[in-house]
Amino acid sequence: MQDNATTGAMAVGLSGLTKSYDRGRPVLKGIDLEICPGEFFTMLGPSGSGKTTTLRLIGGFELPDAGQVTLLGRDVTRLPPYQRDVNTMFQDYALFPHMSLRDNVAYGMKIRGVGAAERTERAQQALDMVHLDAVSDRRPSQLSGGQRQRVALARALVNKPKLILLDEPLGALDLKLRREMQVELKRIQKQTGITFVYVTHDQEEALSMSDRIAVFSEGVIEQVGTPQELYERPASRFVARFIGSSSILGGEHGCAILLRPEDVRMEPHGYTPTPDEDILPGVVEEIAYLGPVTRCQVQRMETGACVTAMVPSRTARTLQEGMAVVAVWAKDVAYPLPR
Amino acid sequence: MTVSVRTLALWGAAVAVLAFLLLPLLLVLVFAFDASSVQVWPIRGVSFKWFVATWADEEVRNALFISLEVAVLATALATVLGTLAAVGMNGLSSRVVQVGSFFLTLPIALPGVLTGIAMNSFFTVCDIPFTLLTLVIAHTTFCTVIIFSNVMARLRRLPPSLMEAAQDMGATPLRGFVTITLPLLGGAIASGMLLAFALSFDEVIVSTFTAGTQTTLPLWIFGAIRLGQHMPEVNVVVFVVVAVTLLPIIWGQKLAASVSRE
Repeated sequence: MQDNATTGAMAVGLSGLTKSYDRGRPVLKGIDLEICPGEFFTMLGPSGSGKTTTLRLIGGFELPDAGQVTLLGRDVTRLPPYQRDVNTMFQDYALFPHMSLRDNVAYGMKIRGVGAAERTERAQQALDMVHLDAVSDRRPSQLSGGQRQRVALARALVNKPKLILLDEPLGALDLKLRREMQVELKRIQKQTGITFVYVTHDQEEALSMSDRIAVFSEGVIEQVGTPQELYERPASRFVARFIGSSSILGGEHGCAILLRPEDVRMEPHGYTPTPDEDILPGVVEEIAYLGPVTRCQVQRMETGACVTAMVPSRTARTLQEGMAVVAVWAKDVAYPLPR
Repeated sequence: MTVSVRTLALWGAAVAVLAFLLLPLLLVLVFAFDASSVQVWPIRGVSFKWFVATWADEEVRNALFISLEVAVLATALATVLGTLAAVGMNGLSSRVVQVGSFFLTLPIALPGVLTGIAMNSFFTVCDIPFTLLTLVIAHTTFCTVIIFSNVMARLRRLPPSLMEAAQDMGATPLRGFVTITLPLLGGAIASGMLLAFALSFDEVIVSTFTAGTQTTLPLWIFGAIRLGQHMPEVNVVVFVVVAVTLLPIIWGQKLAASVSRE
C-alpha cells in the first residue's frame, strides 16, 4: 500500500478489470485506466460497451472477476461502497422519496454522526450551490426532472468526497436543460476541484465537458485522450466514427484516411486541384440543410467512395442532388487511420 | 335518448347484482335491531335490546376476546415473518422468488379444509394440545401470505438504486434498510396488517380444525346456527363481525391506494 501511495497516487487506478454477467457474455475484457486528481474524466461509448459497469466497479456496487481498483493509491477492489470515499450521482437520481430535499442531502452526514446544526447548515449550502435553497422543505415528488437532478448533485457534493461518479446524469433532460446543466456541472467541478468521472453515450457532451475521455467499445477501451486528440487523431475506425462525423476513404496500400466534413469543400465539375490538394469527383447524393451549415454527400460512381462535406449554407445554395461536383480537401488535413 | 336508456339499463343491472350480493347481509344487519324475538319481516320496531343481551352473554364475550386475541397475535407474527420473507427473497433470482412465493402462498391457494386438516393432523402427531397457540399458528400461515405479497409488490417497485445510494453515502446495508427501505415499506406493511387482521377475524374453516375447545366469534355463529338457538344474538354478532372486518379492509385499501400514488 505504501508503494502504491508513493507512485503518483492517481485518483482512480484500474488494472486488468474483467467482468462477465451470468457466466456468459463478458462485459469487460480487461480495463486499464488511470484518472488524475481534479480531472473531469468521461467514459464514452455506446450502450453495452462496459462504461457503466466500469463506473459501478469504481463505486463498489459490483465486484470484478479479476483485476484491481485503487482510489488514491489504496486498493479498494473488495471494499463495499460504504467504505469508499466516493459519491455517486445515479442515472435515476435515487432520491429518497420519504425525505425532504434537505434530509436527502444531509443523509450522508447523519450516517456519519455529524451534529444536527452543522448538518442543516451544510445541506442548505449545498442546495444553495444548485439554486434550490428556497425549496429545501419539499419532497422529491414535488420537483421537476431538472430540479431532482440538481438535488442529486448537491447530495453527491455535500460530503466533499475526493471523487464523484456520474452515471448519465443528464440523460432524462430535454436538450436546453441539458446544455445548461453541462455548463453548470463543469463550473461546479472546476470550483470544487473534485475529480469527476462521468459516463455518457453522447459524444458532443463528452467533447464539450471533459479534460480527458476514454472511448469504450465492447468491453475494451479503444482510446484515452483529450477531446482534441480523439477528434484529430483517433486511434481506430471505431473512435473516428463514434466521435464527430467523418468520411473514411480506403486509401492505397490498404491504409485508410479520415476526413472531417468541415475540412471538405465543394467545387464545380472540372475543377483542377492545386498540388497540395486532393479531390474526389462525383455526384451529389444527398443534401441536408442544418441551418448555418449544409451537409452534402458526394459519391464517386465508379468506386462507390463517399465523402461528406459540411459547407456554409450560403455557399451551398446552387447545389442540387444528382449534380456533378468535385469534393476538395487539403492533403495535410487527411489523417491516415492506424490499422 | 338511446344513450340514457342504455345508461338506465346499465345502472339497473348494476343495482340488481349488488342487491343479489348484499341483500341477505343487509337483512341480517337489520334484524340485529329487531325488537321482537321471532324473525318476521318487516321488523316490529327498532331496539338495541339484543345488543345488550348479546354483550351480557359470557360465551359470546369470550368468543369475541379470543377472536381479537388470535387476530392480533397472528397479525403481529405474520408481519415479522412476511416482511422478512419478502425482503430476504427480493434480491434473489426470479426463479427462486417464483418457487418461494408458490410455497408461501399455498395456505391461501389450497382449500381451507385441506389446510385445516393438515394442521390438525400435524398438531395431533406432534402431541401439541389444541389451545389458543395452535389457533394463532394456523392463522399466522395465511396472514403471512397477505403481508408477504403486499410487501413484495412494494419492494418490486422500489428502484434498487435507493439502497445503493444509501450505501454510497456511507450507510451499512442494515442501516440503509432501517432508514430507507423500511420507511418506504411502511404503508404496504400497514395495509397488509389490516387485511391480515380482517382475514383472521372472520376465518371459520381452518379455525374449526385447530381451535380445540376454544370458540372464536365466527365459530360461535356457526354453532348457534346449527343448533338453531340464539338467533337474535347471531344477528348482532354478525353485525359486529362485519363491522370489525370491513373497517380494516376499507382503511387498508385507502392506505394501499395512497402508497401507490407516491
